[in-house]
Amino acid sequence: MSASAAEAGRVPASRAAERRRRRLPRGAALWREIGFYLLVLIAIAVSLFPFYWILRTSLATNAEIANGVESTGLLPSHLSFKAYVDDFTQQHFLKPLINSAIVALLATAITIVVSTIAGYALARMPIRGSGLILGFILIAGFFPVLAMVGPLFLLFKELGVLDSIYPLILAYLVYTLPIATWLLRNFFSQIPRDLEEAALVDGATRLQALRKVVVPVAVPGVFTAAILAFILAWNDFAFAVSFLETPPHFTAPLAIVNFGQSNFQVFYNRIDAAVVIITIPIALLVLFAQRRIVTGLTAGSFR
Amino acid sequence: MSAHLAAPAPARGHRGRRAARSRRDAQAQGDRRLGYALVAPVIVLLLAVTAYPLFYNLWNSFHHVDLSEAGAPQSFVGVENYTRMFGSSVWVSALERTIAFTAVSIAIETLIALVLALMLNRPFRGRGFLRAAILIPWAVPTVVSATLWKTMFDPRAGFVDYLLGGLHLPGAHTTWLAGVWTSWAAIFVADAWKNVPFMAIILLAGLQVIPGEIYEAARIDGASAWQSFRRMTLPLLKPALAVALIFRTLQAFLVFDVIYIMTGGGPGVSTETLSFLNWQTFLVATDFGYGGAISVMLVLMSLAIAAVYVRLLRPETA
Repeated sequence: MSASAAEAGRVPASRAAERRRRRLPRGAALWREIGFYLLVLIAIAVSLFPFYWILRTSLATNAEIANGVESTGLLPSHLSFKAYVDDFTQQHFLKPLINSAIVALLATAITIVVSTIAGYALARMPIRGSGLILGFILIAGFFPVLAMVGPLFLLFKELGVLDSIYPLILAYLVYTLPIATWLLRNFFSQIPRDLEEAALVDGATRLQALRKVVVPVAVPGVFTAAILAFILAWNDFAFAVSFLETPPHFTAPLAIVNFGQSNFQVFYNRIDAAVVIITIPIALLVLFAQRRIVTGLTAGSFR
Repeated sequence: MSAHLAAPAPARGHRGRRAARSRRDAQAQGDRRLGYALVAPVIVLLLAVTAYPLFYNLWNSFHHVDLSEAGAPQSFVGVENYTRMFGSSVWVSALERTIAFTAVSIAIETLIALVLALMLNRPFRGRGFLRAAILIPWAVPTVVSATLWKTMFDPRAGFVDYLLGGLHLPGAHTTWLAGVWTSWAAIFVADAWKNVPFMAIILLAGLQVIPGEIYEAARIDGASAWQSFRRMTLPLLKPALAVALIFRTLQAFLVFDVIYIMTGGGPGVSTETLSFLNWQTFLVATDFGYGGAISVMLVLMSLAIAAVYVRLLRPETA
């Protein structure tokens, strides 16, 4: 069947569908519609209500929390920002936040440089065994993180770099490099070759073509990889809890878990205030880069 | 590339063509060398964080390496660490718990993710909002999801008991993290809340490449919605399902963060999984020989899971 025939056959069908959609649903269709939107509401509530709950808890006083939810109900009786102040003045949460930002940003930067050049080479250059290399990178992404912890602990101990945030960066690459390299390799394969080849014919070297022609076109893909790498590095807990020992060196997630264990009594308002704080950058990233994250997740995992 | 280079050659005659070809060969060879140089960093770095720990673990697993002993003696012990592991009821029950958690989580999460993906595949007002709403739980750190659900399940500060009490349902005033099954329920909810969105997004991408016309055709042929889902959607969704299942099964099998934060393996040892046991052996018991044996098994089992899925869900068998 030729393309035009298929096109012609489809038009009336989709118009009929359009007409059907415009008609107001009645009877069974109406109930199906109500059921659908009910499901949508449930999905949204289950996803977002817990965030309201920690926000509410973070704004409650110790006394309110001790009295239990029944005493106040769904809404807090009044808003107290004391837990947020306490987080910074008494729990020293600023240092862990800065530590987290440093490691996540450095891991992202290294990931981007390494995965961009590798992704380009795997997409474009005549490398023998590129299938094998891609397979290895994929399998590395499946490697059990907790199995790495012991040997890396011994290595860092030997090098005298335990309880420092910088060795974490090396470990974080196991989260970030596989997905970023696959994503960028797929992204480069989709960019038409003509551009860079024109540059090559004009006498540019490969590296010049990569830097001046390909990278500018690849900015959206690189940006997507950077967002995913940052999220994955920012979210780590397993390596931090294994290699860091003293609170000033903790990353933010480890510091939060430590709040609960170091206090005589667990004050959920302080813990949840810190949870709200580290959720904010991620929530903003999702809101502004939703489409990119979705394409990144799917392009990074499909061939 | 060859088309561009060949075009001006005839004008330059025989010599020009040969020069062009040798220039092209030189460039191809230079390209190949440059290609290896560009790929080398990613390979070296990934080998450093995977192959190096794997072989280190393998070596340790045949030795006695215990940091708690003075001088940390490292004597060769043969397969002693492995016989100890296979004979250990702690390891066996951690394995059983891990398998049970993985099987239950994956079965339920796949169903929910499929429903979410089918919903998101339909155009409706608020679709973008729903997608953003489910993406946020995926993107937040596990520390956030685990702490958040710990708050939600808290008998005093939590919402779950409050809701059950308000609706006069059984289960109000439960100290969830004090019981074995209630702890598992809380862990499952926290884990699913964070991870279902990933599956849903992958399945949605799979649904979006299925052409809408085939449904129209099936409907005209009198197929019911269930029939067209069963006979067309599911088979065509197989590649996406494979990707989602491989990623999620391995994640669930290696579950650690959420357990550490919510229950610390407790009450008692009732929520200890393999990854948790592995972490404890390394960093609490500082027994790197035994921990190495547990790690080697963990790697082998992960590879086996990946291999099984790749075999079962190969696109050709669809």
